[in-house]
Amino acid sequence: MVATTDGVPANDPTPGVQHHILSVLVENRPGVLTRIAGLFARRGYNIHSLAVAPTEDERFSRITMVVDVLSSPLPQMILQLDKLVNVIEITELAPSEAVERELLMVTVSATPDIRGQVIELVGVFDARILNVGHDALTISLEGHPSKLDDFEQLMRSYGILAVQRTGRVALPKLTHAESEDRRPLRSA
Amino acid sequence: MQTNGGEALIRSLELEGVEVIFGLPGGAILPVYDPIIDSPIRHILVRHEQGAGHMAEGYAHATGRPGVAMVTSGPAATNIVTPLCDAYMDSVPMVVITGQVPTAALGTDAFQECDTTGITQPVTKHNFLVTEAADIPRTIREAFHIATTGRPGPVLVDIPKDIVDPRNPRSALEWYWPESVDLPGYQPLGAGDPEAIRRAAELILEARQPVIYAGGGILKARAAEVLRELAELTDIPVVTTLMARGAFPDSHPLALGMPGMHGNYTAVTSMQESDLLIALGSRFDDRVTGKVPSFAPNAKIIHVDIDRAELGKVRRPDVGIAGDCRLVIEEMVRAIGELGGADAQPDRSAWRSTISGWQERYPLSYLPSEPGELLKPQFVLEQLRDLTPSDTIVASGVGQHQMWTSQYWQFDHPYTWINSGGLGTMGFSVPAAIGAKVGRPDRMVWAVDGDGCFQMTAQELVTAAAERIPVKVAVLNNAYLGMVRQWQEMFYEERYSEVYLSPDLPDYKMWAEAMGCVGIRVESPEEVAPAIEKANAINDKPVVIEFRTDSREKVFPMVPAGASNDEIMVEPHQEEA
Repeated sequence: MVATTDGVPANDPTPGVQHHILSVLVENRPGVLTRIAGLFARRGYNIHSLAVAPTEDERFSRITMVVDVLSSPLPQMILQLDKLVNVIEITELAPSEAVERELLMVTVSATPDIRGQVIELVGVFDARILNVGHDALTISLEGHPSKLDDFEQLMRSYGILAVQRTGRVALPKLTHAESEDRRPLRSA
Repeated sequence: MQTNGGEALIRSLELEGVEVIFGLPGGAILPVYDPIIDSPIRHILVRHEQGAGHMAEGYAHATGRPGVAMVTSGPAATNIVTPLCDAYMDSVPMVVITGQVPTAALGTDAFQECDTTGITQPVTKHNFLVTEAADIPRTIREAFHIATTGRPGPVLVDIPKDIVDPRNPRSALEWYWPESVDLPGYQPLGAGDPEAIRRAAELILEARQPVIYAGGGILKARAAEVLRELAELTDIPVVTTLMARGAFPDSHPLALGMPGMHGNYTAVTSMQESDLLIALGSRFDDRVTGKVPSFAPNAKIIHVDIDRAELGKVRRPDVGIAGDCRLVIEEMVRAIGELGGADAQPDRSAWRSTISGWQERYPLSYLPSEPGELLKPQFVLEQLRDLTPSDTIVASGVGQHQMWTSQYWQFDHPYTWINSGGLGTMGFSVPAAIGAKVGRPDRMVWAVDGDGCFQMTAQELVTAAAERIPVKVAVLNNAYLGMVRQWQEMFYEERYSEVYLSPDLPDYKMWAEAMGCVGIRVESPEEVAPAIEKANAINDKPVVIEFRTDSREKVFPMVPAGASNDEIMVEPHQEEA
């Protein structure tokens, strides 16, 4: 597999399954995530990944979720989500209209004889070594999810001892004219 | 003004216009029960928390105002989950207040603690766990706003004991009443898109075989009058779903009655054969559509609903209009007028005569009982219908008796039919009828119940007797879980599994009397009318009439579950020879 660089449209993490990114602005209150997760569970919608954090305004949090639209039509998902009282705005982000990032941490087997190869790949991918053990390295890599896929794939051949990804976060791409490709599906 | 959380809660309810609370006190909610003594709000002490919830629903169905129930934490909260789910499925405005263990004890598995907001989250429109006394007035205001606007539904407010207990400093607050609500994520819809309404009007004026498919949303939107205006202007026949019975008068020449699994032949078949279905506040429920791919295959769809998620959930509309049914229909009537009104319509006399042909060929029908046989339930319902005022409110449980009531009653007024449609909650009728009678003391209120249902919630007749709420109950006692028996007869080779209840156990007459009601038993046709007249004359206590009915009787017509509506089965004696 050839390593991709940032900005290339995402490969679907699971081939054959169609994913969409939803950026969901919610009230920053206890239990909001449960409401969303519960809604998806009881209506049979699949969440591929989920990232949540407060926004610039502490009253709100932004959830970036990658949803599987083969399980249910996207409009129905969005409309049901929109009925939750704590959900303020839902924006669908088409991959070509969004900047996406994800963080990966991986502990990979790296005995002294192959450690050099691993470190070389760390350099190629602009990754960082966080921790060095006797025969393993813990590495972090931030970037487009497809770049993380590629790196993870390469690390697999050395033996991954543990891997953790954050799930993607995304914001709409800015155009030079006006940020028109922001498509709020529901205006606050 | 300095106050405490308990006082603030009751005061907030008063300011919301609450006139009655259905409830039962307990440990965690105790401090709130003290200020109730000094409040003008009437409290009705139920015998089981499920009863409180269904009473609040019955009250809401009959009055259009939100029903209010208040119970304690833990088991009381879990007991009210069924009414919450029932209200959620049928879009009934209701506010339920539950006590909770003190905030410091939350999450410690304290006595009578349960995660009430967690449990009720999927069955409420919204719920709140209030943790500060100062949040109480605002939360109550928001709860009523959410419950009653948009698509109505139940809202639960969970209140820990420490913030309502005047002996606890955490209960102190400076009194305020919010002028408005600020819910950035909640904007109920109003008028529909004028462009879409105009396209709908055009479709209506082009259609040759249109049918109006009126759902419960008509009643929620107080749109019965404007529905009638639309139907009369366009001369389009109207089916009223189980949730919409009464939204259009059954005596009207354009009324086709109830569609669906046990709908009448004409209502079901006219929808199947239509070229345009005008769905107003209905949700294409599986009990109406039968097998979806073969439902009304040649019909274009206009779908009006205040919940946008309903548009296209089951069937993709040709014109979907998100908005309040009353406002949208008003605009639709105006748009039709602008496009030339009734004169711009094609000749629909062939469609009308096809429909009247079905009505003549396949009316609702049953064979009268032979001398010595048990009563036919349909006969009992015809008698009850004919011997009660036309604005009588009738509440039913769930099963055969529910379908027969919906079929054989003549609903000529909105808000006279109260039943559990979406959830299908057995035991609904007695408490719902009590709640309805509390809300509409001027009306005669009958519960029509089955023997199976009655045994689930009959204890609330003790509440009715104690509170002098003179509801009347007709128990159709066929000694079986009748609808299950019908399915076992038809689809399980008459292998009757666990459906026999016995006609004599319990003794319904004695049970009624033990609960402070008048008890009457009726076994023969000539006793039916006198018993009903006797019950109608009693106004100081509840009455229960047990009618011994024929267990062999089945509900027809019937579309078997999962079958196409084209496979409708009529009463056997109506089948072609």
